[in-house]
Amino acid sequence: MAKQPPAQFTNPETPGYVGFANLPNQVHRKSVKKGFEFTLMVVGESGLGKSTLINSLFLTDLYPERIIPGAAEKIERTVQIEASTVEIEERGVKLRLTVVDTPGYGDAINCRDCFKTIISYIDEQFERYLHDESGLNRRHIVDNRVHCCFYFISPFGHGLKPLDVEFMKAIHNKVNIVPVIAKADTLTLKERERLKKRILDEIEQHGIKIYHLPDAESDEDEDFKEQTKLLKVSIPFCVVGSNQLIEAKGKKVRGRLYPWGVVEVENPEHNDFLKLRTMLITHMQDLQEVTQDLHYENFRSERLKRGGRKIEDEEVNKDQILQEKEAELRRMQEMIARMQAQMQIQMQGGEGDSSAVHGHHV
Amino acid sequence: MTWIFGSTKGSADNKIEAAMSELVPEPRQKPAVPMKPVGINSNLLGYIGIDTIIEQMRKKTMKTGFDFNIMVVGQSGLGKSTLVNTLFKSQVSRKSSGWNREEKIPKTVEIKAIGHVIEEGGVKMKLTVIDTPGFGDQINNENCWEPIEKYINEQYEKFLKEEVNIARKKRIPDTRVHCCLYFISPTGHSLRPLDLEFMKHLSKVVNIIPVIAKADTMTLEEKTEFKQRVRKELEVNGIEFYPQKEFDEDLEDKTENDKIRQESMPFAVVGSDKEYQVNGKRILGRKTPWGVIEVENLNHCEFALLRDFVIRTHLQDLKEVTHNIHYETYRAKRLNDNGGLPPVTAETEENHESNL
Repeated sequence: MAKQPPAQFTNPETPGYVGFANLPNQVHRKSVKKGFEFTLMVVGESGLGKSTLINSLFLTDLYPERIIPGAAEKIERTVQIEASTVEIEERGVKLRLTVVDTPGYGDAINCRDCFKTIISYIDEQFERYLHDESGLNRRHIVDNRVHCCFYFISPFGHGLKPLDVEFMKAIHNKVNIVPVIAKADTLTLKERERLKKRILDEIEQHGIKIYHLPDAESDEDEDFKEQTKLLKVSIPFCVVGSNQLIEAKGKKVRGRLYPWGVVEVENPEHNDFLKLRTMLITHMQDLQEVTQDLHYENFRSERLKRGGRKIEDEEVNKDQILQEKEAELRRMQEMIARMQAQMQIQMQGGEGDSSAVHGHHV
Repeated sequence: MTWIFGSTKGSADNKIEAAMSELVPEPRQKPAVPMKPVGINSNLLGYIGIDTIIEQMRKKTMKTGFDFNIMVVGQSGLGKSTLVNTLFKSQVSRKSSGWNREEKIPKTVEIKAIGHVIEEGGVKMKLTVIDTPGFGDQINNENCWEPIEKYINEQYEKFLKEEVNIARKKRIPDTRVHCCLYFISPTGHSLRPLDLEFMKHLSKVVNIIPVIAKADTMTLEEKTEFKQRVRKELEVNGIEFYPQKEFDEDLEDKTENDKIRQESMPFAVVGSDKEYQVNGKRILGRKTPWGVIEVENLNHCEFALLRDFVIRTHLQDLKEVTHNIHYETYRAKRLNDNGGLPPVTAETEENHESNL
């Protein structure tokens, strides 16, 4: 077959060149124009350094007018869901980042109902996407599904708490969990290793599925493979967050100033912040894919198996059943009343007889 | 009335004594209110030696030694055991963060009391550390302070029973909790609802000293801010921690305690049982890649303040407030409930004779 004339970009002298090798460039240009969407959920007890870390990761201030409630107010509060969206642009690439915060999680004295709100939020986003996907106009589907959940583990404990285990088990089939230990400057290096190991053991023991970095492809370069290996062994990441600039060793770095020294956020010997950032950025695409291919598909097949009956339908059914039962109860009560009346009449009649008998005797 | 002073011998002695006893005036009725001592000016003409009573008391205390019972309460992992070990410079508390931690978090709050005898400068102290594993670690922590309150009241009850015995022991063993260190998690935000609830319930029953654990997680500004917030929250919720304002005895106490209450407490502490070499000295501390945190350095944390407060200045006062106030409150309540009579149980009647 005669070869097509080569397209514009390629070298016209290269024989046998079709030109579809340029496809990735075209995809790249289109994506860059379109921009990326990413939804990150952060869950953890209050005071574990979540907001500081998010601000540090994306070099922004997502919570400018923040009022921290006191303990007395926290007693009354239930878990809230607060989503803030920020558009970040770097070298022409736009990222529309949504951070879903969950204030109130783990604060109450009784945290039994802590995660209901969070789980329904995740399901709602899946539901909405499913609805949009099945709709007529699919051109502008907004993807608000939660692509990744940073779960904050307390650095002050000895490992996972009962609440951590229960929550992760409840959502590991719905979202990619990345366990994070913030405020890591409270731990010495040895303590960190111990804590990480214990957490990994407990995760395995309880069968919790956290997000696993995909192995580097064999055709990637060595550096990337090394990096991926390093990242994999560092999970869960022990990080320190800060947006304050401190003077250390003659230069200005982001860090925390203590009387005994300066903790540098971007120093890999001090904490895993850089590793966490690398992981998030290089695997953003993969996180989205896993959400789409695994978690969303799970949700979708469950939903469609239920035959499109919504949860509200089931509740309506429950109501109907309740009403029917109540009607039955009423019927039975009427029957009993009737029987009692009959018995009374019989007894009276019987008494009449016996008194007659008595009368006789007397 | 004339007094007969006799020096007769023999059997007449008894008679004289008998006679004398009739003549001895009845002791004057003690006034209901002790009289104010007449202002005796200490223009004593010579040295009497009254001040040696302090030395006598000291000798006695050294011989008998004394009891001190300290309770630690807080979520697991806040460094309670390490801190107690650091305070008393010995392994009095077994840490649960050993290399092989086989025990899981207990499902209910347990009370574990371990006693040790420590000696320093000839003075023996029988120290009992009461640990409360399981506090605040569950998903549902409702009423998790109840076992703790129950334990404290049980110790008061034990003491009360001993007190109402006719044949009392010379020295009633004191298992009452003299001091309760409550560990606040260094979130940097505020107290947690559980902290408030616990302190509300127990500040009337025992001396609570709140401490901010693992304070090496906060910078100086964060520390100051957090302490202010905690103090304010405690005040707003009517929680009186030790030293309680109402028990300040005189102006001197008040000024000293005010300073502690309004500036230093709650103490932000760091504990450690490892030693490192810093500037040629061996000190207790924590070694990190960015520096060594010295536990006894006041610029780093307030451990030294806590230690001085609990051990070097207010140890005796803690015991006294427990005995004179908390225990008395418990005792009054028990007697009231029993109609003004000391409490009686079947066991009391069988084993002891109580003065009903």
